[in-house]
Amino acid sequence: MPEKIPADSVGLVEPKKLHFDEPLPLDCGRTLDEYDLVYETYGELNAARTNAVLVCHALSGDHHAAGYHSMADRKPGWWENCIGPGKPIDTRRFHVVCCNNLGGCKGSTGPNTINPRTGRHYGPDFPIVTVRDWVRSQARLADRLGIERWAAVVGGSLGGMQAMQWAIDFPERLAHAVVIAAAPRLSAQNIAFNEVARQAILSDPDFHEGRYYDHGVVPRRGLMLARMLGHITYLSDDAMRAKFGRELREGKLNFNFDVEFQVESYLRYQGRAFVERFDANTYLLMTKALDYFDPAADYGGSLAEAFRRARARFLVVSFTSDWRFSPARSREIVKALLDADRDVTYAEIEAHQGHDAFLMPIPRYVAAFGAYMERVAREVGAP
Amino acid sequence: MSLRPDLEIISGWIRRGARVLDLGCGDGTLLRHLHETRAVTGYGIEIDPDNVEACIRAGVNVIQTDLDAGLSDFDDDSFDYVVMTQTLQAVRHPARLIDEMLRVGREGIVTFPNFGHWRCRVQLGLQGRMPVVRTLPYQWYDTPNIHLCTIRDFEALCERRGIEVLQRAVVDHAHRSSLAMRLLPNLLAEIALYRIRRA
Repeated sequence: MPEKIPADSVGLVEPKKLHFDEPLPLDCGRTLDEYDLVYETYGELNAARTNAVLVCHALSGDHHAAGYHSMADRKPGWWENCIGPGKPIDTRRFHVVCCNNLGGCKGSTGPNTINPRTGRHYGPDFPIVTVRDWVRSQARLADRLGIERWAAVVGGSLGGMQAMQWAIDFPERLAHAVVIAAAPRLSAQNIAFNEVARQAILSDPDFHEGRYYDHGVVPRRGLMLARMLGHITYLSDDAMRAKFGRELREGKLNFNFDVEFQVESYLRYQGRAFVERFDANTYLLMTKALDYFDPAADYGGSLAEAFRRARARFLVVSFTSDWRFSPARSREIVKALLDADRDVTYAEIEAHQGHDAFLMPIPRYVAAFGAYMERVAREVGAP
Repeated sequence: MSLRPDLEIISGWIRRGARVLDLGCGDGTLLRHLHETRAVTGYGIEIDPDNVEACIRAGVNVIQTDLDAGLSDFDDDSFDYVVMTQTLQAVRHPARLIDEMLRVGREGIVTFPNFGHWRCRVQLGLQGRMPVVRTLPYQWYDTPNIHLCTIRDFEALCERRGIEVLQRAVVDHAHRSSLAMRLLPNLLAEIALYRIRRA
């Protein structure tokens, strides 16, 4: 709970919602006849409408990227460290837009909203959406907001994948793509982790084939397990050692299966907290969007070929201890951009925090990201 | 601000509109200059985070990576020129890196401090101390320069590895040249600049 809103925060913000009537064709072959997108904006759009930045969220993120919804909020938006006055995405210069992606669970049309055709929750009927589908829906949002061209499309992890897809699918509609802690596509190991997470949810007796809303329950155990597993992949071995070591909660071994090590307690807490704020069907969808992401597939398996369409300039950032999407994966993106003769800058940030580093105020990261965004601001006349 | 004279010489060697890779690009001065004056598309490689930030600020494409890890991310002949200024003496495997430069680039441009300069010879030969000179201002124990060579050494290496010298310039620390220096480069030049390619 902030006693007082910090000076470098965008402060109190309010989500907005837009309804879209025009059917959206999806990669799976189905169509969403109508849908809502919930989004937030920070900072003023300039008269020429050139200073808009689209922020794309990752697996468990949403439209609430910065600021507070009320003075009672315990925490600010998920990317408070990078969005706000004086921060890398400086809201004194940029007009920031962030929406909850389709299939999400924070107000945009998704499994936990009502299907107007049936009057019931979409649940498992919600189509499997892809990064490309999201980008298409975000382009429609841009149309409605009167934003012809983004100064930059920015995202970390799954958000970075959206930034790449934007550059490929709408080359004229963004000047810069900022791709942080991402990968050109998932490895077998990445997919394997996602599959275990999905199995945890799908095998929970409370899942009821995705219709748990009708039964007044949520697949708590499954979603909690999925999050615990995911969380391990977001942290590095070093970060876990530094944070928990082998510390015992009661200072001694109890020879039972209760929580004994601090790391167990932490994971369970993270899992439980996640169940309160996230929807299991959305988790399934988001992991599928990750698994399916492969922009090279449309271009004969060549990412460079895909990037040849792009006109944006790129900033690619990775973190040394990230083993989920390691620097080697970011270098694949960089290599493809070089092969395609695109402008690219690549920063490999020394950090021990693992994949989660992209959310943290690491000085070298903030400085490089900030310097790049300053240059973007200068170009669009928002110094 | 005027350009460092050695960079001025290098600029003169590079064709308009070329594609350039600058190894150890520092704060991006050369690439920025080449972009502005010769419409060159370029990328810099740099390991130091302060320099990477400076490049970003200058709007120069920079790839943060360790030169000692090689250039395996770059395809054969993917650049017109691969440039390396005052960095050769600081890498772990200079010969291997030169081979890599000439694999990735059609031509290479290399500059290095000449260890054969008379001041170096005097300090080592007469005083018996490791040279500390204007182009090599470090003490032996804190120097980043681990592979020093003379002009003759470098040319011998080129000879041995089938590398053709297309152009050479020799200058002093202020990047001036003279007739004497051109006649006795290994004794009088402080910095050597080469444009090379696979023979």
